[in-house]
Amino acid sequence: MGTSFGRGGATTFQQDLANSDCIVIQGSNMAECHPVGFQWVMEAKARGAKLIHVDPRFTRTSALADVHVPLRAGTDIAFLGGIVHYVLQQEQFFRDYLLAYTNAPMIVSEKFADTEDLDGVFSGLDPESRSYDVETWQYEGAEVQAASGKRDQHWQRRTHAGRGEAHGSGGAEIGTEPKRDETLQHPRCVFQILKRHYARYTPEAVEQICGVPQEKFLQVCELLSENSGRERTSAFAYAVGWTQHTVGVQYIRTAAILQTLLGNIGRPGGGILALRGHASIQGSTDIPTLYNLLPGYIPMRHAHSWEDLATFVQGEAAEKGYWGNMESYVVSLLKAWWGPHATPENEFCFDYLPRLTGSHSTYETVMEQLKGTCEGYFLLGENPAVGSANAKMQRLGMANLDWLVVRDFSLIESATWWKDGPEIETGELSTDDIKTEVFFLPAAAHTEKDGSFTNTQRLLQWHHQAVEPEGDARSDLWFIYHLGRRIREKLTAAAADGTQKDADRERDRPVRELTWDYPVKGELAEPDAEAVLAEINGWNADAEPLSSYEQLKADGSTACGCWIYCGVYADGINQAARRKPGTEQNWVAPEWAWAWPLNRRILYNRASADPDGKPWSERKAYIWWDAEQEKWTGHDIPDFKATKPPDFQPEEGAKGPDALRGTDAFVMQADGKAWLYVPAGLTDGPLPTHYEPQESPFPNLLYRQQRNPVRQMMKHENNRFQPSDGQTGSEVFPFVVTTYRLTEHHTAGGMSRWQPYLSELQPEMFCEVSPELATERGLEHLEWATIVTARTAIEARVLVTDRMPSLRVQGRTVHQVGLPYHWGPNGLSTGDAANELASLSLDPNTHIQEVKALTCDIRPGRRPRGPQRIELVREYQQRAGITDETGTEV
Amino acid sequence: MGVRQWIEGWPVLRQWSDGDPSGRGAAAKSRVSDELAPRTREADKVVKSICPYCAVGCGQNVYVKQDKVTQIEGDPDSPVSRGRLCPKGSASLQLTTGSARQHQVLYRRPHGTDWETLDLDTAMDMIADRVIASRERGWQWEADGQRARRTMGFASLGGATLDNEENYLIKKLFTALGAIQIENQARV
Amino acid sequence: MTTAREATDPAAESGYTDHPPRMGFFTDTTVCIGCKACEVACKEWNAVPADGLDLTGMSYDNTVGLGANTWRHVAFIEQRKPLAAQDPGLHHDTDVLAMAEHGSATQPPEAGMTPTTPGSGDDFRWLMASDVCKHCTHAACLDVCPTGSLFRTEFGTVVVQEDICNGCGYCIPACPYGVIDQRPDDGRAWKCTLCYDRLGEGMEPACAKACPTDSIQFGPLDELRERAQQRVRQLHEAGVGEARLYGDDPDDGVGGDGAFFLLLDEPEVYGFPPDPVVTTRDLPSMWRHVGAAAATLLAGAAAAFLGAGKGR
Repeated sequence: MGTSFGRGGATTFQQDLANSDCIVIQGSNMAECHPVGFQWVMEAKARGAKLIHVDPRFTRTSALADVHVPLRAGTDIAFLGGIVHYVLQQEQFFRDYLLAYTNAPMIVSEKFADTEDLDGVFSGLDPESRSYDVETWQYEGAEVQAASGKRDQHWQRRTHAGRGEAHGSGGAEIGTEPKRDETLQHPRCVFQILKRHYARYTPEAVEQICGVPQEKFLQVCELLSENSGRERTSAFAYAVGWTQHTVGVQYIRTAAILQTLLGNIGRPGGGILALRGHASIQGSTDIPTLYNLLPGYIPMRHAHSWEDLATFVQGEAAEKGYWGNMESYVVSLLKAWWGPHATPENEFCFDYLPRLTGSHSTYETVMEQLKGTCEGYFLLGENPAVGSANAKMQRLGMANLDWLVVRDFSLIESATWWKDGPEIETGELSTDDIKTEVFFLPAAAHTEKDGSFTNTQRLLQWHHQAVEPEGDARSDLWFIYHLGRRIREKLTAAAADGTQKDADRERDRPVRELTWDYPVKGELAEPDAEAVLAEINGWNADAEPLSSYEQLKADGSTACGCWIYCGVYADGINQAARRKPGTEQNWVAPEWAWAWPLNRRILYNRASADPDGKPWSERKAYIWWDAEQEKWTGHDIPDFKATKPPDFQPEEGAKGPDALRGTDAFVMQADGKAWLYVPAGLTDGPLPTHYEPQESPFPNLLYRQQRNPVRQMMKHENNRFQPSDGQTGSEVFPFVVTTYRLTEHHTAGGMSRWQPYLSELQPEMFCEVSPELATERGLEHLEWATIVTARTAIEARVLVTDRMPSLRVQGRTVHQVGLPYHWGPNGLSTGDAANELASLSLDPNTHIQEVKALTCDIRPGRRPRGPQRIELVREYQQRAGITDETGTEV
Repeated sequence: MGVRQWIEGWPVLRQWSDGDPSGRGAAAKSRVSDELAPRTREADKVVKSICPYCAVGCGQNVYVKQDKVTQIEGDPDSPVSRGRLCPKGSASLQLTTGSARQHQVLYRRPHGTDWETLDLDTAMDMIADRVIASRERGWQWEADGQRARRTMGFASLGGATLDNEENYLIKKLFTALGAIQIENQARV
Repeated sequence: MTTAREATDPAAESGYTDHPPRMGFFTDTTVCIGCKACEVACKEWNAVPADGLDLTGMSYDNTVGLGANTWRHVAFIEQRKPLAAQDPGLHHDTDVLAMAEHGSATQPPEAGMTPTTPGSGDDFRWLMASDVCKHCTHAACLDVCPTGSLFRTEFGTVVVQEDICNGCGYCIPACPYGVIDQRPDDGRAWKCTLCYDRLGEGMEPACAKACPTDSIQFGPLDELRERAQQRVRQLHEAGVGEARLYGDDPDDGVGGDGAFFLLLDEPEVYGFPPDPVVTTRDLPSMWRHVGAAAATLLAGAAAAFLGAGKGR
């Protein structure tokens, strides 16, 4: 989403689904996982909308759909690519929208070679390092920077090769204006590249790859096409059914391409709704507890030979659009963190930021734990012993720590693995031998603390404290504040005692000089969450709250902890706590809580009007140019400079937001356009391409390249991969596995498996298989089955059901095994964890694991106990001829 | 209960005197039924909140009596959820007030075979010491020959269930300490 | 579906003058997503004990049926049956601008009216339905209760008064739907109260309030019946010929239910008795005899006490 449109968030809001004429839910089981949000889908149906559910399983969402399309897990790009092909071939795209708001007319560098030319890979692939040199993917005559994603990839060239000299020359540096062909005929324009790229994604190919009959596929194509255009809009909703693949980002990209072609972005009833699974998972990427980002999607620093603040900004920021102001965002953040210590002379403490060298995602962290480099670990409301892929690796990592802090409500598996984890039973670990010191600290619940969650539609909603937490339970705000306070006291004392080495004093300065003086209240000395929100929002030199990120300065006169949240504390009022009833305002409900950015509810809504500023149709009017008042107006706050007229042309040499034209609706993008083709920001290709999952029983029908060539794999003896189709031994793991959630439980179970009322509704782990597979493998309803991969074997009760259909793919029947992933051995409702089975093979952009499509074997009966469990897996590995190298081909 | 009271409460008598010939309606209503009131009426305050489970972000009303949460239900004012809740949201009362919650710090010493209790203050102090030590041991002024100014000594996982303010302080403190291995469920 | 006939007014017949309208549930199973929010919301509000951890294998139904500790129960039915393709024909007349002015949200009662059925899968469908006590017009449980524990409320609902129930269990076999049930620990009878405590305060029952898709609708029974009939007509027009109401008919064996349903198949498929009959059909006349006897008793025995009271 970020690379396509400019921001890593849902483009629309849940209530707006009611305005859709057609809703495609794919990679999501919305009725089960977001039941209350699903009421807006029902509203749309009530108004005549069609609901399409594309999913390997028939779920509670399918039960309410007009069309359910079962497809083979792991083939969504082929399916969506097929629709892209249909839309292009049948000329169902929205031409005026395409010309005005997308990069369809841009000409791409002649150095670029497509998967069409290279049998499944793009130009620039270095098989040795398993990475792409992305230079050839750029536009002709203009180099653009991405609004999100991997912005460091052009660093060397952007900061050194000629670019530096161009700075300040007043003209176009490497030309910020890409060449265009308004006729869309140029062979190297994005539109034509797109046409060629998807030419082979025919209905026949879709049928062969996905197992979807052509008739059904065409029905979806027609429904989507009929319900898009001037008068009508269609929406997509997805969730982790798309992200959790080795090509996860490209799944979402394909939907972005399709929605852009159909003209459905920025318009009511359109858009792509990312359905997030946790109360503040959007918030935890906006204000990221993520290794690669700083608040507001500012990239973390990378270790470069020489880099100052200016070079950093030059390397990472775009010339045009709102990322052109990156320096203001960075400096304001540094001012928020280091206050008076951050001065122009010391580059606002820019040197205090630690640097990355490659990926440091949670899965690399496990490898660091196994190596012994990472010796301490905080688990703050997360249960990786159940919830992370290859859960055994997680536990082995934790067993090699010096210390572990677990903060949760109950004794989750990640807190107790050292005494009762699966490895204790198999004998791989022995409690006496484990050196890890474990601290379990009870956490406060949402009713026991103030704070804000950012929901799936970028809406910050404040929850007020109702009662004090009992006993030792404390909020994480309390924990982290007081931990910081203690550490600072200790380091300050060390610095004061006169014996500390200079290097160590310097090392500790960022901590000692950190602004950390939050007011506390009550007997428990709880920090004031609103004071933290005020810092996130930011203030000017007179300590007055800011109301917009447009006010941020690069001279150190403003401080702001997260620029995209600037405005949430405008006028000194907690805007996230606003609660004007929905029934007392218009359907957009702008006075309920606060959405980033600047309370805009549909992003890129400038595109809801035509280039002249008039609604594309009365039926779909949302934001329009009011010529009399000379401003944009409508039902929402314009996601555009309110006074910039539709015919605005920037001055020569304008930079940042000033360089945006009156038709540049995608204001975060370096060229102001929605990106059908991504010239920068992705590691695995400018266009989504169908690759088979890391483990698949089928060959890639479209190209010789079987898998994403730059997918990330963790090599480890406990993380061996299985052979795919065409390799000896692949028949040992003939079935496709997919994992999922149920309505009745929550993620890794920490908030549901201990609740009697929820546990009784889904009391134990089960697997779902078709009657055909049950017959083939002798599985009986409600009896036990053992599911085996190269990693481990787990057991589950069997549900034989038509809801898990077997499909015809490439002339043979493929059976799929469904596994809910909520369970672990602790709590009231128990069972083996499905994530034990998955491997650490990751999307190279996001480092998210592939747990939505892998292969397995299934057999009747319970799994062996003790060391026999390992024996069984070893026997499988031998039978399939698995080595450390299996499945690691480029 | 005196005989008089008893006989006045006698259904057959009430059914006549209350004009309830069926004897199974008004006349049968017990004192408890008569005085029945929803426990939400007794609440000292109603606190506005947001469901802690998924990211739909349903509004919740939290009813509090004598510093105890007595009921949690959907907030009809929310334009997102319109007062509705799923089974998980509906189980919020059990989640927050149920017996499954731990309220005591627990400690497992290295090679220990069982939990021990520990007071919170001691635990916090021990954790601060461990962070400082691991940070120091894992410190890298340089990595791959470049200035890095970081520590690989400790890591953190979690945040998607936390408040923005909490995530902000986690990122701020740990980054200032030089830690880079800061992750959450968004990746998982 | 009878509308012309004057419906029985159970509250009036039970001695309530000037009573509120009869309240009930209309459960439209065609919009049920099987989330079980109703089950949990009911348990949380009424502090109903948990009912044990048993994987039943009955699709996603692990609660099995209504009982002393389950006052709402969601049934799941997997069928190899195609659905009638339906086109509600509302397509081209939605006006976003008008919606924007009037507020987007279809009001809950209207939302429940909308033509929505399970999609046309490949000869497969998954029916879900939330069951509850029917609060019969002629309630056998009430008729047989010897202690006056079961009583008819001013809302026309049927409620067990736990302060009175002595656990005799007569009501259990009397219920034609098998709803009311005894708790093994204390022997008392328990069932849905239609949140009697909440109703008194003008609140809707916990299950209906939570229901994410408004499958469970609460309101005056007259209105619900009218709305349900309109909804059935709408579904029939949309080609869903199998849509039918269950328990709405005042002429049925229990005089119509206070909680009735819109189904997409025969009642048996959902676990409902096809033709429930109040087990105490002959009781009313018997009670009249008992009543006469009681009057005689009163004249003799009770007058003395009352007279003494008046004279004090």
